[in-house]
This record gives sequence, C-alpha cells and structure tokens, in this order.
Amino acid sequence: MKKKWYDYLWIVSLIYLILGFFNILFAWLGLLCFFIPLYIAVTKSTKDYCGYYCGRGQLFSLLGGKFGLSRKKDIPDWMKSKAFRYGFLIFFFIMFFVMLFNTYLVFSNAQDLKQVITILWTFKVPWSFAYQGTLLHPGVAQFAFGFYSVMLTSTILGLITMILFKPRSWCVYCPMGTMTQFICKLKNK
Amino acid sequence: MTKIRKNRKAVVNQGDCVACGCCIKVCVLKAIKVEKGLFAKVDEDKCVGCGLCARECPASVIEIKEVE
Repeated sequence: MKKKWYDYLWIVSLIYLILGFFNILFAWLGLLCFFIPLYIAVTKSTKDYCGYYCGRGQLFSLLGGKFGLSRKKDIPDWMKSKAFRYGFLIFFFIMFFVMLFNTYLVFSNAQDLKQVITILWTFKVPWSFAYQGTLLHPGVAQFAFGFYSVMLTSTILGLITMILFKPRSWCVYCPMGTMTQFICKLKNK
Repeated sequence: MTKIRKNRKAVVNQGDCVACGCCIKVCVLKAIKVEKGLFAKVDEDKCVGCGLCARECPASVIEIKEVE
C-alpha cells in the first residue's frame, strides 16, 4: 500500500520526545495532541485522529511490530472494561488539573518554578539541563515541565503495555481516545 | 456433487471496541472502517477473513468466524 504523508507522523512524536531533553519549552507543542483529536471529534464526530494521524500510536506500532518489542498477547479483560477506561480518564483529568493548579501557583508568584519532571505521578527527576530560562513568565516553563511529565508518563505506560501485550495496547486505555469516543457517542446518539 | 464453501469473515465485538482504528490501515482491502467514532465495522463484501485486523486489534475484539 502506498504510504501517505500522515503515515510518517511517528517521526513528529519521536522528535517531540527528544526535544524535551534539550529545551523543555517545546513541551507546549504537545497540546496539539490534545486539541487536534478533540477538534476532529467535535466538528466531524469521528475518531479519525486515532486511526490516521496519531503519531504515538504509529510509534508503538513500529516498535512493537517491525522492531519486535512486543509479546503480542491479548490485553486482560479488565483493561478494556469501561470502568477501567473511564476511571483512567478521570484519574488522568484530576492529575492534569493538579498540574494546571501548580502552573497557576507559579503564575501568581505563590510558588517557585520547579525544574523537575514527575514520572508516573510519583518519581521526581531533576530536569534543569533542559531549561535555559525564558523571556516570558516562569509559569510558562512550569506548564512545560508539567505537560512534558504527562507526555513522558503516558509514553512510559504505553511502552510497558506495548511490551506486555499488543503493540498499540495504549490505544485501549488512552484518555484522549476514551474522551473522543465519548464525544462521538454523545454526538451520534 | 455439491461443493460446500465456507466463507471466513472478520466479526467485531462492537460493544467492547474502543474505536482506535488500528485495524483500518492494516487492511489491504480497505474492508474495515470505524463508523462515526463508535466502533469498527466490516464490509462483508470486501472482507476475505485474512485475520490481519484481528491480529492487530489491541483490544482483541475482532474474531475470524466462518459464515455460510
């Protein structure tokens, strides 16, 4: 099958992850992975983003498929249950708002900028090597650290389930996927 | 003598489908689509039951079944 331009979006996802190691402010670009699928779900009532454009999915598919880094076993039933998928979405949302609140605290000068990445919502990793200052408010950088933490955490979870189960297992419980499917359910009633 | 030929088709368990669309690109015959962002749907006229989509599906909700 002839490859289309959007079959190469995994390169964009990979570059995004790498840029976060050099200048954390690039993390802001990750918002595209939030707004494009939402925009498509709201305006077109489809999940075309997941199937065609999601670079992260393509990256897992490549690593687990061509590179053979996946056991290719079935995902456990509880992981594809609605309870787990929506539960994970809610948990993800809560942690996202905690991150936004921390950003707000820095913006309102109530808290200092923390140059750390929090992996799996628990482990704090010093990340000052990727911060060279900003001309804008430190809050802008705080959001970047927080958002990159979200992106890195979800990539790590995705890689773990890629190895254990099928390459794109992340897609089963991806909060964006669950949310866009929910939007489509509401719109296509 | 009558020849009984069984057809194999992909069947999606639409209740559990997460509509991720991982199946779309692997199908050589373009026989599977995600309908309205809700679940995957197989075009039975095109599907030959090769099983590529079933193998790809991360939620393992596609089965290859024999149909008359």
